[in-house]
Amino acid sequence: MTNQPLTLAQKVWNDHLVAKGENGSPDLLYIDLHLVHEVTSPQAFDGLRVAGRPVRRPDLTIATEDHNTPTLEIDKPIADPISRTQIEALRSNAAEFGIRIHSLGDIDQGIVHVVGPQLGLTMPGITVVCGDSHTSTHGAFGALAMGIGTSEVEHVLATQTLPLKPFKTMAINVEGTLRPGVTAKDIILAVIAKIGTGGGQGYVLEYRGSAIRALSMEARMTICNMSIEAGARAGMIAPDQITFDYLEGRPHAPKGADWVAAVEYWKTLPSDEGAKYDTEVFLDANTLDPFVTWGTNPGQGVSLLDTVPYPTDFSDPNDKAAAERALEYMDLKPGTRMKDIRVDTVFLGSCTNSRIEDLRAAAAIVDGQKMADGIRFLVVPGSARVRLQAEAEGLDKIFKEFGAEWRFAGCSMCLGMNPDQLAAGERAASTSNRNFEGRQGKGARTHLVSPLVAAATAIRGTLSSPADLEPASQSKGGN
Amino acid sequence: MEKFEVFTGVGVPLRRSNVDTDQIIPAVYLKRITKTGFDDALFAAWRNDPEFILNQEAYKHGEVLIAGPDFGTGSSREHAVWALRDYGFKAVFSSKFADIFRGNSGKQGLVSGEITDEDTEKLWQALEANPGASITVNLVDQTATIGELSVHFEIDEYTKWRLLEGLDDIGLTLRDEQAITDFEAKREAWRPKTLPIRH
Repeated sequence: MTNQPLTLAQKVWNDHLVAKGENGSPDLLYIDLHLVHEVTSPQAFDGLRVAGRPVRRPDLTIATEDHNTPTLEIDKPIADPISRTQIEALRSNAAEFGIRIHSLGDIDQGIVHVVGPQLGLTMPGITVVCGDSHTSTHGAFGALAMGIGTSEVEHVLATQTLPLKPFKTMAINVEGTLRPGVTAKDIILAVIAKIGTGGGQGYVLEYRGSAIRALSMEARMTICNMSIEAGARAGMIAPDQITFDYLEGRPHAPKGADWVAAVEYWKTLPSDEGAKYDTEVFLDANTLDPFVTWGTNPGQGVSLLDTVPYPTDFSDPNDKAAAERALEYMDLKPGTRMKDIRVDTVFLGSCTNSRIEDLRAAAAIVDGQKMADGIRFLVVPGSARVRLQAEAEGLDKIFKEFGAEWRFAGCSMCLGMNPDQLAAGERAASTSNRNFEGRQGKGARTHLVSPLVAAATAIRGTLSSPADLEPASQSKGGN
Repeated sequence: MEKFEVFTGVGVPLRRSNVDTDQIIPAVYLKRITKTGFDDALFAAWRNDPEFILNQEAYKHGEVLIAGPDFGTGSSREHAVWALRDYGFKAVFSSKFADIFRGNSGKQGLVSGEITDEDTEKLWQALEANPGASITVNLVDQTATIGELSVHFEIDEYTKWRLLEGLDDIGLTLRDEQAITDFEAKREAWRPKTLPIRH
């Protein structure tokens, strides 16, 4: 073969080239799947109306309501008139332009990045875009998936293409076996702490290695989801039998001869032997601890066994200044053991960790346990179907008996656009993806954690992992 | 989109790194369905602090922002660009921009120019020594100038061309419509379709 070995990302890119850019202009890529939600689309539909343009491919477009929807009393009109107007705008735009929509109360409603994979629309070797930076989630299937801005949403609606400059590629090699209590969330938080919030800028990340291969599809989605937190627009994992098994039989997965043809093609997608990456990063899964953040960006994370760092630990002056600001905002003293940090609220949800496996893992920890005094614990399933599945398995009862609030599906407290917010000064252990200042409410303080750490924290009241739970209390209770 | 060649306006030294889009515009302002009128939302949380730079008399009418590295990280919200634009900013400089923010800004006529950390410090010092000083952004030459001090900025050639010409992206792409139609004709049957709905 004289052909140059290619990476997964390059293969998907090449197979979507509509027009190759010349003289510094970008390539034009075809978009296989466009996911739409209420927050980043109204201005795009307006743009189409003004220009008199139709949606080119309504049959490659799907809308759901998630960012701005309430998670309580969803059968009543939305109380906040501005939120209601935005939801109504999506509904009328979907009707006007012939787009499939899953509204609040519909069985396929939910967080856009949970709904796509669940329906079998997300598959290997396709391009996926959405006006949401966590679109990187879908890269777990070996798709090239990225978040776009509203102008680009309008562009894709009008043309089903996107002009893009080629990315560089970065291999994130994670080798070894995770210890009990350590999960995909800990891998990605450790990766971001290692390469920084800007480390992935201009790159497509490809997660590789034995620790990644061993993960379920849902865990892989957790990893790819947070690629954007390292600055990368997309993160990918090569498709394999785990991917095919997850997809087969889902409503929109290919059937019959199409399935056979698809799998045959998907098997050609993994990066070729000898394919060159622009950068490579290595992480040892064997020695990884549960990881949590102490600061106000997702790169400010440490092992749960560690302490809050001193600003002087950072040699880069920008990092040092950022640490000083973060410690002040988070009201934390350097040297404090992470496990001594007391929280007010625990949030289990978001496009990072709201799938059925996340709920099962957390439920198994809290089953028969007592919640720490004064804790508020919100459990928000990623989609209506995840909620139903959890209820069929009795997980809702476990959470409710423990003292948690069992909510309807949506983005909820991850970004606090709906009423699910933290009060100023409140501190949360959150399975979401961003610990930015004010993200979960004005003046709110966020520690990013895995579902296992969230559950253990709800029991102890301080940041904890399942390993910190008393063996005696672990054995008591249960069904 | 308006053409951009040379612009002169008040420079604002924002000595912060990792200015994420949640800081540029908090999520509560994203409920609006219009594309303008976001000036009140820009840095809304920080503007509660009377000491915040845009609350200082000299910088109130800022039009050119000089920020620390990793500007515009996080959420893809284009509202961040609309808020900067509606407030009056025509250009932002940083040593490192988040990819999505940079893409969004180019589509709305906001120049995001990449400068070195060293030049960032020089511009900060020049502006702090003379609060309210003007800075001239020359897109043709790719320079930002305050008096005697002139620094070079990077911007990709394609975005520069589109900003200089004031061109609309969709119009440019639709010149390739035949290529899109040809591509669609070859699209494999297994690729996803959202319609008809299957449960």
